Amino acid sequence: MSLNLLRLFSGRNASAPVARERLQILLAHERGLLGQSDLLATLREEILAVVSKHVALDPDKVMVKLERGKTVSTLEVDIEVPNNFDKKAPAERRMAG
Amino acid sequence: MAKVLVVTSGKGGVGKTTSTAALGAALAQSGQSVVVVDFDVGLRNLDLVMGAERRVVFDLINVVQGVAKLPQALIRDKRLENLWLLPASQTRDKDALTDEGVGRVIAELRSRFDWILCDSPAGIERGATLAMRYADEAVIVTNPEVSSVRDSDRIIGMLDSKTVRAERGERVEKHVLITRYDPARAARGEMLNIDDILEILATPLLGIIPESQDVLKASNVGTPVTLNNAESAPARAYIDASRRLMGEEVAMVVPAERKGFMNRLLGRRAA
Repeated sequence: MSLNLLRLFSGRNASAPVARERLQILLAHERGLLGQSDLLATLREEILAVVSKHVALDPDKVMVKLERGKTVSTLEVDIEVPNNFDKKAPAERRMAG
Repeated sequence: MAKVLVVTSGKGGVGKTTSTAALGAALAQSGQSVVVVDFDVGLRNLDLVMGAERRVVFDLINVVQGVAKLPQALIRDKRLENLWLLPASQTRDKDALTDEGVGRVIAELRSRFDWILCDSPAGIERGATLAMRYADEAVIVTNPEVSSVRDSDRIIGMLDSKTVRAERGERVEKHVLITRYDPARAARGEMLNIDDILEILATPLLGIIPESQDVLKASNVGTPVTLNNAESAPARAYIDASRRLMGEEVAMVVPAERKGFMNRLLGRRAA
């Protein structure tokens, strides 16, 4: 809202307000993350561990995407599961289960 | 065949990251598949200049250490589908990079891209030497100013001795890119002459990028200048430079002083 007002009053489509907002979002995340353990890496590993209990995972087929926003961020974990996974690696499944 | 190109300078603040983003985007705009790699571990900024800072999940160090696979760390540009970014780590330090690990990542990148542009950190230490280590070509970003030229000379010496190519007795193909060139100051003789710079550095010229508001505007919004305003003077200079990198003969344009109507009226020089 305030950003749009700023743009309105500054006349031409000034780029500085965009820079300001981008920096605010980025720095808010970085200040929170620095010094802490890597939350994303932890999330990814734990999610993968859970899925691995049931499916033999190919680490190459797992994509993690992130979009940091001002109030919320989205973490998108995309896991490619072969159709015949339940016929494969039954031993691991039994062990894990 | 894939080419590894390091964008380096020795001195900080001369425009390495801006130039990496602009040249990478210009090469991608002409159809090449390009990855820009940030080697500035701990002080990454290429993600910000490329406008991908909110999407970084994994980074170069994660890949070097095997925590993530290369495809998981590569971020695809939202505007150009054949332009990718491999970000640096913000939380680690440069000692996490190993010569062998960087070599593995570069080899894998070679099999996926036409161009691998390595954005070097300032200085002459580990980060900078690793950024240039596997380079086939180098762009030495230089401002028309004594300290920048001196540092460029130092970096040229390192390119000729510390790279894999140099150790094999081969040459790294070197180009000087002059940035922040101010035509008004040049006209008044206040700035080092381009011919003098090239003579001192004994290295061919890749392009002359004029000092311009368009560069600042582009980094404000997180878009390489060649994408943000392709008709602007710096964008045209970067696009010409990218064509020279691809082996085309392009006439060199020395930026000339351009006065706006109001400035002309008031007798002011163009900024």
